[in-house]
Amino acid sequence: MLMRRNPQLNAHGELIHLLSIEGLPRAVLTQILDTAGTFLSVNDRDVKKVPLLRGKSVFNLFFENSTRTRTTFEIAAKRLSADVINLDIARSSTAKGESLLDTIANLSAMHADMFIVRHAESGAPYLIAQHVAPHVHVINAGDGRHAHPTQGLLDMYTIRHYKRDFTQLTVAIVGDIVHSRVARSDIHALTTLGVPEIRAVGPKTLVPGDLAGMGVRVCHDMAEGIRGADVIIMLRLQNERMSGAMLPSAGEFFKSYGLTPEKLALAKSDAIVMHPGPINRGVEIDSAVADGAHSVILPQVTFGIAVRMAVMSTIAGNQA
Amino acid sequence: MLELDAESLYSQLRQGVRGLLADGTRPDAALVGIWSGGAWLAERLQRDLGLPGGDTGYGVISSTLHRDDFSSRGLVIQDGKGTDPTQLPFAIEGRHIVLVDDVLHTGRTIRAVVNELYDFGRPASVTLAVLVDRGGRELPIAAAFAAAKLALPAGQRLRLARADDGRFSFTVKGSD
Repeated sequence: MLMRRNPQLNAHGELIHLLSIEGLPRAVLTQILDTAGTFLSVNDRDVKKVPLLRGKSVFNLFFENSTRTRTTFEIAAKRLSADVINLDIARSSTAKGESLLDTIANLSAMHADMFIVRHAESGAPYLIAQHVAPHVHVINAGDGRHAHPTQGLLDMYTIRHYKRDFTQLTVAIVGDIVHSRVARSDIHALTTLGVPEIRAVGPKTLVPGDLAGMGVRVCHDMAEGIRGADVIIMLRLQNERMSGAMLPSAGEFFKSYGLTPEKLALAKSDAIVMHPGPINRGVEIDSAVADGAHSVILPQVTFGIAVRMAVMSTIAGNQA
Repeated sequence: MLELDAESLYSQLRQGVRGLLADGTRPDAALVGIWSGGAWLAERLQRDLGLPGGDTGYGVISSTLHRDDFSSRGLVIQDGKGTDPTQLPFAIEGRHIVLVDDVLHTGRTIRAVVNELYDFGRPASVTLAVLVDRGGRELPIAAAFAAAKLALPAGQRLRLARADDGRFSFTVKGSD
């Protein structure tokens, strides 16, 4: 039987697009994390720039708003010496009725070398990757509820930085998992990297049933979910994606699932607390925890630039 | 079959580098070894010559981020430990730098490494010392000292190896 090749990999198994962590071999993930380690120190040099993407044009295509992710991609591309073009899609031709593929065709005619795509529809970056010329690379910067692979990778970088070895860890992902592409990407990455216990913690309305099939332990009780954890990944409550009564109230949610110093005390004494941002203080996380000694939320942001540099330079160096 | 005694070449390199450091034109010069073979040489030279700064007073530099074959070879990360091989424990600005490498061939690695060096500051001067100059230059680059000069066919690869006891040897690979 002919196996359909993962569209992210070329015939040699090298990464040419980054669309999802699902289906990527451990060696590819580890190589990106190692590469990111090299780039981390570039940010400390007198000249915070290396010429790997000199002369390349990187287009930031954000069909959905995200100042932070767009900015970190822009910084990463600029530190690799690429030219970055930010398109405010919401206010441009899409609003005039142009189709996604027509937009891509037009930008390709402007000699784009790489597209960074965020889209509310799951799968939009796949569609783009299928239709670009062989030398053009696509990075998924978040598609619908599906995937946010660079966030997943920067989370893995953060965990490896503080915990070294994935194979002894208990990782708890807490909160609004049903709407979270970050949670999905994290679960795929943690599984691939050999984390033995992954817990999904939250109310029944926000922790979907299919997670048990991904090898995840579902916990509807917060204390059970974070007891003995090495890593706690808090997710943002995504009110803008919720329809109907999935939650009683934000206050009610905080009481049950908000991370407070008292609840954090149930985790290992050297546990780290992560959050993809932006954080809602007093909704999913207490300020004392967000600003406390266990929090690595700001290092995540710093690592995110190095990880995005690693992803861009890896795919740009591989041919379709 | 080519036989190169890396240990005896190292002794000559040590004399050569001692001469470069003592000729009065490079006061307070610092050694920087090119990853990986050159870094081993710099580590041993630093110790054998008793240079200031102690055993860790030398620098290591990598060509990875400035290579000119990125578009054809892609990114080749040279060590698997997830850290930047370039480690310069002193300021480059205004410093005399003696670059050390095992083999000088096309000169492209030296070009990349000099660019990398400039990302950290403007050195007062950069001088190159190598174990073997094998010819085949593709850029206007020359070593101030080479312990051996020979001509190798383009297809052959000459690499320095370091045994567990620290002794050097050369391996030759590829067709002639």
